Amino acid sequence: MTDTSIPKDAPRAKTSIHQIDALTKKRNAAEKRFKAYGMAAIGIGLFFLIVLFTSIIRSGAPAFTRTVLEVDFTLTQAQYEEAEGQLFKTAAYSDFFIAELEETLTADGMSVEFDADTIERILGKVGGTLREYYRANEDKLGEPVTFSLATSSRVDGYFNGRVTRDGLEDSRFLMAADLDLVDALEEAGIITSEFNWPFITGADSGVDNPGGAGIGASVVGSFFMMLVVLALALPIGVAASIYLEEFAPQNRFTDLIEVNISNLAAVPSIVFGILGLAVFIQFMHLPQSAPLVGGLVLTLMTLPTIIISTRAALKAVPPSIREAALGIGASRMQTVFHHVLPLAMPGILTGTIIGLAQALGETAPLLLIGMVGFVARGYPDGFLQGFVEPNSAMPAQIYTWAARADSAFYDKAWGGIIILLIFLMFMNILAVILRRRFERRW
Amino acid sequence: MSFAKLTASSLAIAAVSATAAVAQSRDNVQVAGSSTVLPYASIVAEAFGENTDFPTPVVESGGSSAGLKRFCEGVGENTIDVANASRAIRESEIETCAENGVTDIIEVRIGYDGIVFASQQDGPAFDAFVPADIFNAIGAQVLVDGEIVENPYTNWSEFNADLPDVEIAMFIPGTKHGTREVFEDKVLLEGCEATGAMEAMIEGGMSEDDAEDACLDVRTDGKSVDIDGDYTETLARIDANPNGIGVFGLAFYENNTDKLKVATMSGVEPTTETIASGEYPVSRPLYFYVKKAHIGVIPGLKEYAQFFVADELAGPNGPLANYGLVSDPELAATQEKVANEETM
Repeated sequence: MTDTSIPKDAPRAKTSIHQIDALTKKRNAAEKRFKAYGMAAIGIGLFFLIVLFTSIIRSGAPAFTRTVLEVDFTLTQAQYEEAEGQLFKTAAYSDFFIAELEETLTADGMSVEFDADTIERILGKVGGTLREYYRANEDKLGEPVTFSLATSSRVDGYFNGRVTRDGLEDSRFLMAADLDLVDALEEAGIITSEFNWPFITGADSGVDNPGGAGIGASVVGSFFMMLVVLALALPIGVAASIYLEEFAPQNRFTDLIEVNISNLAAVPSIVFGILGLAVFIQFMHLPQSAPLVGGLVLTLMTLPTIIISTRAALKAVPPSIREAALGIGASRMQTVFHHVLPLAMPGILTGTIIGLAQALGETAPLLLIGMVGFVARGYPDGFLQGFVEPNSAMPAQIYTWAARADSAFYDKAWGGIIILLIFLMFMNILAVILRRRFERRW
Repeated sequence: MSFAKLTASSLAIAAVSATAAVAQSRDNVQVAGSSTVLPYASIVAEAFGENTDFPTPVVESGGSSAGLKRFCEGVGENTIDVANASRAIRESEIETCAENGVTDIIEVRIGYDGIVFASQQDGPAFDAFVPADIFNAIGAQVLVDGEIVENPYTNWSEFNADLPDVEIAMFIPGTKHGTREVFEDKVLLEGCEATGAMEAMIEGGMSEDDAEDACLDVRTDGKSVDIDGDYTETLARIDANPNGIGVFGLAFYENNTDKLKVATMSGVEPTTETIASGEYPVSRPLYFYVKKAHIGVIPGLKEYAQFFVADELAGPNGPLANYGLVSDPELAATQEKVANEETM
């Protein structure tokens, strides 16, 4: 084609680059609009993030304070022996404590009416704490010891606004009239609020004891699971991707493997739980409710994610790097391990951390291997036992709490979410640090 | 590279611990089953851990049927020791158990639980229920003017003028829950008989069994919703629907009296007293089943069973009753049964 269609001597419109014509205007406007869309998208994202975080923090905050009753208590040797001689020992400790508190308060001349039942309703489950203390400190028998003991869940709710005097219906759990004694005790400085350390460090508690519930043990459970996932999924995943990407011949068989890896990434996580139950527990006879099994199941779930992202990272390394290395006589393995892998490392780490984060928040595969439910064994006895002793995981613990009748556990569930997010944040920070160390520019 | 070393060493540790795990035998009692029994079992498990030198048992949830299925998988450390159930074990389940070598089963009844109907605190009051109303509300086929028809009702007041004129919205336990079976037996079937629908079905040429099955069919037009999750899910649905009526366990209702209003059944309000006396019609026994072959193998199993049914725990003044369990008047017989390891 020639430019015959344009008349040769048509006068050219005089334009200047300082003068903005209609087309430029249009293009500039489009750019501005696009920027606005982008900012709006970020704004919407941030808005939802803020809404999410405020709601999580607001709902979860009550879990981090607890209402305690601070009193001196003396247990005599005779009482200790009597309590230890019974079947339900903790109840006996609790009874002794209530009886003595009633005596003290009566002697102090409290202006409100109360009896032993009132104190029982105000007080949380104290027997376990008392027994544990006296079993460890038998020398303290007979002398006064100051205890900080959790109040019952409804009294706790009264202090953090979950329970109001008007909204409270009289029941065997708490009477509206009991709140008079609570108010009086608060004035006397006996009932106070403090930071809820047992929530951070403790293990799960029975449904009638929200004051004793803690997430610490399940954090440890999650930690051991992540350790297993990291130790297995990273080497297996990276090895598989390096082979597939750098060494494997392109044929039908490798294509089939590739398709199946992509498919595996989309398999619902509960399927891995079923597999875990059948293979690891029923066939291999690994223990139930163990973080080791949980970690193995989550490894299966995480592998496709890691393989896919590692392969993408390897692909992103420019071929010129490989060619240069091969060109100066490096073997293929040397090329991969000395040149390609270090450059792909940041991408691999990102993929791994995404996989781990996904695994950390997963509950469904744990349902069938016994990690969801009431698992309150506490901390493992040692590092190796941490893998095999029954334990829960953070998301499983949150799920369990959310299903309980007492709404105090609902607060705990939100508090657990905050701890989970903090755990996740630490994992991400670690990933960022590692990535910085491995990052290479060319 | 230190990173590779780190990975390799942690891999080695994982491998070593895996071997250790296989060698190590289980030292804690493993329980699974009914989500209705779970709260009580968790109270007992916590107290058991605090009061004895045995480790705290692990109690899983998942429903009566799922628990019994796992219970019947066989004998050995990789199977559970105790199954919680909110209904008695079925003949078919005992057969499955026997096929897999689980022949000696100890049945332990821990007490009774009431099934209550409750609505939102701010919603209309439902205080004139009889089983027939529930059947009329959610049965797939009901009796209208002497004829069996597809359920035509949309509002409660259409079949019982004493009930509020609001739309029917019921949230009932899903089929994997033991509660569903009791709900069907004690409410739907009785309602079906009381309204005369069952008789009409039999006259219409159905066999008795078919008629019973037809009675238990629930309408599928959205007026009745199966809840497969826990009671908290039902509570959330009720919270969102002022006219909704949910099916709960007594203990759950008593823990949430600030959000829920209970409906009377045949004029009786559900309380531990009315359920114990049998006045309140919809209650069921709660059980757990112990694998006898595991006693003496799994440390603390028999002690756990005995601790569970001790007067101090399952008795009328124990923590279980305080949480909402209706204690069993024949607890002494159960205690003896556990002590003697009497199988079914």
